Amino acid sequence: MSNKKLAIIATKGTLDWGYPPFILSSTAAALGYEVQIFFTFYGLQLLKKNINVKVSPLGNPGMPMPMGMDKWFPVIGTAIPGMESIMTMMMKSKMKKKGVASLEELRSMCTELEVKMIACQMTVDLFDLKTSDFIDGLEYGGAATFFEFAGESDICLFI
Amino acid sequence: MASFDQELDASGLNCPLPILRAKKTLAGMSGGQVLHIIATDPGSVKDFEAFSKQTGNELMESKEEGGKFFFLIKKA
Repeated sequence: MSNKKLAIIATKGTLDWGYPPFILSSTAAALGYEVQIFFTFYGLQLLKKNINVKVSPLGNPGMPMPMGMDKWFPVIGTAIPGMESIMTMMMKSKMKKKGVASLEELRSMCTELEVKMIACQMTVDLFDLKTSDFIDGLEYGGAATFFEFAGESDICLFI
Repeated sequence: MASFDQELDASGLNCPLPILRAKKTLAGMSGGQVLHIIATDPGSVKDFEAFSKQTGNELMESKEEGGKFFFLIKKA
C-alpha cells in the first residue's frame, strides 16, 4: 500500500491548470503514495515563491463568465485588455468563498507530505528563469531524472 | 455518539482539504485513537470512504445531520 507511486509532468502555467498537479499529488501522498512532479515549460511558474498565474477566458469557451458576459461579448470580448486580470480576480475570490485552497497552500501541503518536485533544467535555462525566484527544496534535472522514478510508477500523468 | 480522542472541524473546506487536514491530524495521533471529523463538503462522504480503504484507517461511522457530515475514523 505504501509503495504505490504517482509521477506527474506539469506543463501548464495558468491558475486553473495549476490545480490538478497539486491536488492530485497532495491527496496521493496523504493516501500513502510516493509522489514526484516534473515541472517543465510553463509549469515552472508554479514553483515560484510568489505564484503569479492567471486564468484566461481567451480560447476557453467552456469557462463560465459572470453576468452573462460571454453572451454580451462573444469570443472577441474575451480578448479585451484587462479581461484576464478581472477573471483571475473573480475566480480567486470565488475559490476563497467556496473553501478551495490556494495554489500556495496546496503546494506547501505537498512539501509537507514529502512530494518531490523536480524543475526541468533545460526550460529553466531556456526562459532565463532565476532559481532564486523558486521555492527551496527543488531538484533540478532532465528527462532521464524523471524516468528514473516514472519508469517505476503505478500512475503517470501528463498535465 | 461514540467517544473520540480528537476532533477536526473541516467545515467550509473543499476537496481535497478535509482529507489533507484529516491525514495531518491522524499523523499526530497514536494507533487505536479515534478522530471525529466535521465537514460540509458533500464530496467528503465518498472521499473518506476511499481514504479509509486505501490507508487502512477504519471509518467507524459516517452520517449526515442538518447539512453537515460527521465521520469517526480510527487510526490503524
